[in-house]
Order: sequence, then C-alpha cells, then structure tokens
Amino acid sequence: MSELKVDQLEVDLGGRPVLRDIHLCLDRGELVGLLGPNGAGKTTLLRAILGLTGIRAGRVLVGGRPSRPGRCEIGYVPQRHEFTWDFPISVEQAVMSGRNGRLGLFRRPGVSDWQAVNEALDRVQLVELRRRPVGELSGGQRQRVLVARALALAPRILLLDEPFTGLDMPTQELLGELFTRLAGEEHAVLMTTHDLVAAVDTCSRLVLLNGRIIADGHPTDLQDATLWTTTFGVSDTSPLLKLVKAI
Amino acid sequence: MSITDFLTDLFNPNLAFLPKALAIAVMSSIVCGVVGCYVVLRGMAFIGDAVAHAVFPGIAVAFVLQGSLVLGGAVAGVATALLIAIFAQNRRVKEDSIIGVFLVGAFALGIVIISQAPGYAGSLQQFLFGSITGIPDRDLYVVGGAGLVILGLVLALHKEFVAVCLDREMSRSMGLPVFWLDIVLYVLVTLAVVISLQTIGNILVLALLITPAAAARLLTDRLGAMMLLSPVIGGLAAVIGLFLSWSYDTPVGGTIVLIATAIFLTAWLLAPRHGLLAKRWRRVGGPGRTDVTRRSSLSTPASAPAP
Repeated sequence: MSELKVDQLEVDLGGRPVLRDIHLCLDRGELVGLLGPNGAGKTTLLRAILGLTGIRAGRVLVGGRPSRPGRCEIGYVPQRHEFTWDFPISVEQAVMSGRNGRLGLFRRPGVSDWQAVNEALDRVQLVELRRRPVGELSGGQRQRVLVARALALAPRILLLDEPFTGLDMPTQELLGELFTRLAGEEHAVLMTTHDLVAAVDTCSRLVLLNGRIIADGHPTDLQDATLWTTTFGVSDTSPLLKLVKAI
Repeated sequence: MSITDFLTDLFNPNLAFLPKALAIAVMSSIVCGVVGCYVVLRGMAFIGDAVAHAVFPGIAVAFVLQGSLVLGGAVAGVATALLIAIFAQNRRVKEDSIIGVFLVGAFALGIVIISQAPGYAGSLQQFLFGSITGIPDRDLYVVGGAGLVILGLVLALHKEFVAVCLDREMSRSMGLPVFWLDIVLYVLVTLAVVISLQTIGNILVLALLITPAAAARLLTDRLGAMMLLSPVIGGLAAVIGLFLSWSYDTPVGGTIVLIATAIFLTAWLLAPRHGLLAKRWRRVGGPGRTDVTRRSSLSTPASAPAP
C-alpha cells in the first residue's frame, strides 16, 4: 500500500477548476519532484493532500486513511516567505512550534518533545545554531529550520513547497543531499520546484503538472519534448527543451 | 513635589481616588504590556486602534443608561472584533480596509449615542483623555479580575498564539483552530483596552498596547524576555506618569503615554544590539565584542550543513 494515494482528485478554487483527474502514489523511500508553471496547481495539490482545501471529487489517502489537518503522518514545509522570520524566537523554539499539533491545546512541551526537536535539528545539522534567533539565519539555514520543524513530528511523508527558490547552487546541492538522505531514511518526499536542474539531479521520479498530470516517471523517461511544451506552454524553441535534452 | 509628598498623598484618606487610580493604571499597563507583545509582533497595531475606538459606543450606551462603563465597552469592543474577524474572511476587501470601516463606524455610533445624553461634553472629555477621579471601587475588582483572566488565557494559549504568528498555513495544517485563536486574541486585546480606558482615555490607550512592547522588542531578541520587559516598562511608565501628572497637574493619560514614549526613544537609541548608538559604535569600529559576533555568524557554514 502506498504511503500517500491521491485518487481521481478534483479541486476548484473560487468556482474555477484548478485540478482535474489527479492520480498520484507516493511510497516510502521515494523523492518525487512536482514540476509545472505558475498557476499549475502545485501548491493547491499540496494543500489538498494536507486537507487544507476543499476537494470537489476524489480522495486523498494518507497511510490508507482520508487526510485531514492535524494528522501527524505528514510533515509540511511551506514556502520560506510564509514564516515570520523577524519573530524573536530561537531556532529550537521555532522547531518546537512544529510539535503543537501533537501537543494539543493548553499542554506544555515535555522531555520527549525536546528530544524530538533535538533529533530533528541533528538531522538537518543545525544543532550548533539551536539558540540563534531565526532572523539571523541565511536562506539555506532558514530552509533547514523549516524542514526540521516538519521533522519534529516524526512524519512518514514530507511535503516541500519550492524549497530551492531563491537559494544559490551550493545551498541547493546541500539541501538536495538532505532530501535524498531523508528519502533514504524511509520518508516519502514530495517537493514542488521550478528548478529543473536540481529536480533532475535529486529526484527519483518527476511529475509534470498543469491542472492535470501530464507525465509521471523517472527523469530519463521524460525525454519527449511535447510533454514539456504541453506542461509549461512553451514553444518548440524554448531553452527549456535544450535542458530536457541534456538530461 | 517630591516623591515623599506623593507617597503621603497616596496614603491620605481624603485622596482615596489616587491609590485607586495608581492601582488601575499599573494593572492595565501590565496587562496591555503582555498582550501588546502579540499586537506588535503580528503587526496588529491598527486592529488595536480599531478596538480602542470600537468600545466607544458601548461606553456611551453605558453612560446613557448609567451602567458599568467597563462592561459596556467590553461588549461593544468584542462585538466589533468579531465583526472584523468575520468580515476579514472575505478576501476581496483587505483586512485593514475592514478595520477602517468598523473603526470609524463604531466611533460615529458612539458620538451619536452620547450626544443624546444631556451635559455630555464633560463626560466625553473624560472618555477621550482619561481621568483619575470618579473611579468606582467596583472597577478596581473588575479590572483586577479581568486582568487575571487575560493573563491566564495568554499563559494557557501562548504556544498556539506564537504558532499562528509564526506561520498561519503551517498552523492550519497542524489542525490548530486558527480562526478561533484569532478571535480569542482580538477579544483579549479588546479587554486589555477596555480595562485601561478609565485612566488613559480612548485616544491614547493604543500607546499602552504598542509602545512598551515595541520598546521591549528593541531591547531583546528573545520572546520570553520581551514578554517580561514589556509589562515592566508599561508599569514603570504608569507609576512615573501618574507621579508627574499629580505633581505638575498635567493630564494623566497624556503624561503616562509621554513617559512610555520617552522609554521607547531611549531604547531606540541605547538598545545593546539594535540601538542607533550601538550600530554607529559598530560602524566606526568600536571594541571587538560586536565584531566577534559578526565573525562567528559568518564562520558557521553560511547555508551548508556541517560535514
């Protein structure tokens, strides 16, 4: 059984169809890249998987059960700008905020919670910066804080929304290694990205999305130029196709 | 007037309103200082302003009906906060416009209601600018009780408020009731405003909410420290402000707010890490202390996991 199963999903936003006929399976150990132009519905798909947006038809199963907010099986890493980085809080406190869903209202974190935070910080190699205010971190460090916050719940599935955006190549490479390692540790990882190079380099599978799923396969299986022109709505002379040929 | 004179007056039974005013000013400053931290960190200053104005019609009704001003203000403020939260769910009009609509709407309603009461001009001035006389004993208990409830709720819901401040989307995905937490926070802000109205006045009450918290933010990068410093600054401003107001016969609300503003400006100049002087000192190559922190932040791998 797949860890995550999206079955015939349809989502409307503001009365407009955004996603249609979405089928997607994700197993542990996989690192899947979700590619598509702006407005293709990448973030909407992640939100639907989290149960944050109403679905018109179909279903999302997480570990065989319907998805809803507050399920600890999913670790969500939103885009970096969603987080208030000027908040006066340390790295470890920011990571602890990821445990809120499990702690429940009125409860304070205990020993096991701090243990989980420590492990998460260790995974992303931020233990040394644990007491630093989040506002003083670089872009790559911030991204790792968000990953650690998701890991603090010990989830089986990780959803990453554009983790590479705005980061330089070395940082992307190191994050890519981290995601590969997490997939190797039996996480099922799904990440949206605009960065084709990084996606091809790190992902075991690529899903091309534009309202519906155009293609789903290993990067080397997606050489057909029409798949990419259909997904991104670009012409036959687009530099994108040169990149694809180089895969 | 010396401080001894002030203390003598405080214990003079003929001036019984003075210790009462001091108690209420200090209690409300402390509560506003704590709640204000969320207001400042979430950039909710405008909603604080709106709630402060929105309590006015409730106070006007209470005045006309000779009821409890605190209760009337609380009802009107909470009602407006709820309306703002509900209307803000519609994304077509931004939240600040919704706040603008209800802020002036409520204030206008208050003006119309209070104009129905004969001889309202004097009372109006009291609402707007605050006063230390004429506080009923009952208000002392109402303010104290409400203050404890507010602080208790802040303590209980602190980590949820922080989570929502940090990242709403993530909070939703964790299953936190984001909408209801917003409502509770709005209501807490409203109650903090209402209990402070009596001494500070409607126009200036926003200062108790914002200024001490903003000064505390300048002084520290740790949330816990900020939430302790802010009420201390607020309480200090209340005590010094009331003393000066009593000594020089100046309006109490205005004096307290001016003291708070002076503390804010001092923090802005002298804050150890982010103050203007500290920054200038660093730029002209002051002692290595700040340089060291700089270098150490660079020497940790900028964005790379350590090997």
